[in-house]
Amino acid sequence: MTARPLAVLLPPRPEPTAPRLLAQTWLLAALVLALCAGTAWAQAVAQQTGRPGALAIMLRWAPLITSGFLLNVMVSVLAMALGTLLGLPLGLSLIARTRPLRLLGWGMTQFFRNVPWLVLLFYIMFLLPFELHLGGLVLPVPAWFKAVIGLALPVSANVAEIVRGGMQSIPEPQWSAADSLAFTRWQTISRIILPQALRRMLPPWMNLYAILTMATTLISVIGIQDGLTLTRAAIAAESRPELMVPMYIFLLLLFFAYCYPIARLTLALERRVQVRI
Amino acid sequence: MTGPVVDLFTWINSRTGLNFSVFTDTYDGERFITGLITTVELSVLSMVLSVLLGLAGLWMLGAGGFWRALARGYVQLFRNTPPLVQLSFFYFALGGVLPTLTDSRGAQVPAVSGFGWAVLSFSLFAGAFNVEIFRSGVEAVPSAMIEAADSLGYTRLQLYRHVLVPLGLRICLPSLTNNMVNLVKTTTLAYAIGVPELLYAAAQIWSEVMNVREMMDLLLVVYIVLVALLVWLMERWERALRVPGYTP
Repeated sequence: MTARPLAVLLPPRPEPTAPRLLAQTWLLAALVLALCAGTAWAQAVAQQTGRPGALAIMLRWAPLITSGFLLNVMVSVLAMALGTLLGLPLGLSLIARTRPLRLLGWGMTQFFRNVPWLVLLFYIMFLLPFELHLGGLVLPVPAWFKAVIGLALPVSANVAEIVRGGMQSIPEPQWSAADSLAFTRWQTISRIILPQALRRMLPPWMNLYAILTMATTLISVIGIQDGLTLTRAAIAAESRPELMVPMYIFLLLLFFAYCYPIARLTLALERRVQVRI
Repeated sequence: MTGPVVDLFTWINSRTGLNFSVFTDTYDGERFITGLITTVELSVLSMVLSVLLGLAGLWMLGAGGFWRALARGYVQLFRNTPPLVQLSFFYFALGGVLPTLTDSRGAQVPAVSGFGWAVLSFSLFAGAFNVEIFRSGVEAVPSAMIEAADSLGYTRLQLYRHVLVPLGLRICLPSLTNNMVNLVKTTTLAYAIGVPELLYAAAQIWSEVMNVREMMDLLLVVYIVLVALLVWLMERWERALRVPGYTP
């Protein structure tokens, strides 16, 4: 009689899950299908009325819309860089030992996190001068630069929270050990805590970047020629209502193609960081 | 319009030149209040709908097969595209395609108003995040609970109703609060499609009275107060729901 493990002692089997690729392939297919369907429908309308085909028009406008989308990407990268630069000291102030500094940091973080981005963007747009006078030098402040600052402020507050969370997730003994080895507070933070915390801060930081990228379309409301503005301009130039659906889906697809891989990567990184802890 | 508030802001105006016309001018005040009410309505309706969508998505994720793929697709699509483009798509593209209705006076009106599209769009956007939030809460429920419910012969609906949702909701309430705060902030996007909410009302006032700085400051304060109120309510709810002695 062959030895068979008792059924009761078998390791629990994980619940069967659908292959990971399935959902995203399915989704991408649906999106592209919607784009094609919209274009085909517009094409059909065009044929009835004898005007140029929708496909040709879509192809004609695609480069312009994509260039607008690239402005969104550029603004998001700059705002993220500036926001991270500002957010790091802000996050450090949240765990400062001096109470006034901590309170100041807390107030700033709470304020910039809880105010709508669009309101903040309006505020910066109207508040900052359109040109700077430095001695005899007149420096124009372009609108996109103001937008970068307006977006960087809420980003910095969110980065500050990420920094605080990451540093607090490092176990307490690390601090005590550094203390007992006579590291100064600054040395402890810069050489021991931050290097370890950075790995844990990366996934939420990337998540924030994806959110920021999507928020960059807000700059169209304050009159910057970004992807959304140019999409609208293209639709207005053609004055063909049936083109609206494919045009907007094209823009949605651009953003999706940019943000979805970031989301996947964030998830993968999160899993890796989790295993290592 | 009289009263101590009017006197105070009239005095501020005469001393500093800061013109808070919302408090001194009846017309501006009414517009601002209407905007505030619209923002609150927009927020509350979207919150309720987004939570319902989140629950529906949670149910679909558990159903497997086609429904699971549909829920996942919905979540990924709405989480990874800009809410403003979603709103534009709904309002301009879909709203343009839908047939118009004729109202009682014979005028052509769109089938769904700007307000309606805004509620729909924000609910779908926040709902996608809610699905993920509820999923994380339900996943944190100890599997022994589910096995216990299984062994007691609970159906899937009973399992969700009596075990998973009550326990999971308590776990994910902080994340839900976060998302609801985000939703309130997102309602400012309705400005872009001309829904007369708070930002829109403020913009109308400052372009007429030319008191941009004052209206901006007021806007920031009002939104901070709105969000603080929401956070306070949610934290009260969180405390009220707490099961004494139970830590998941």
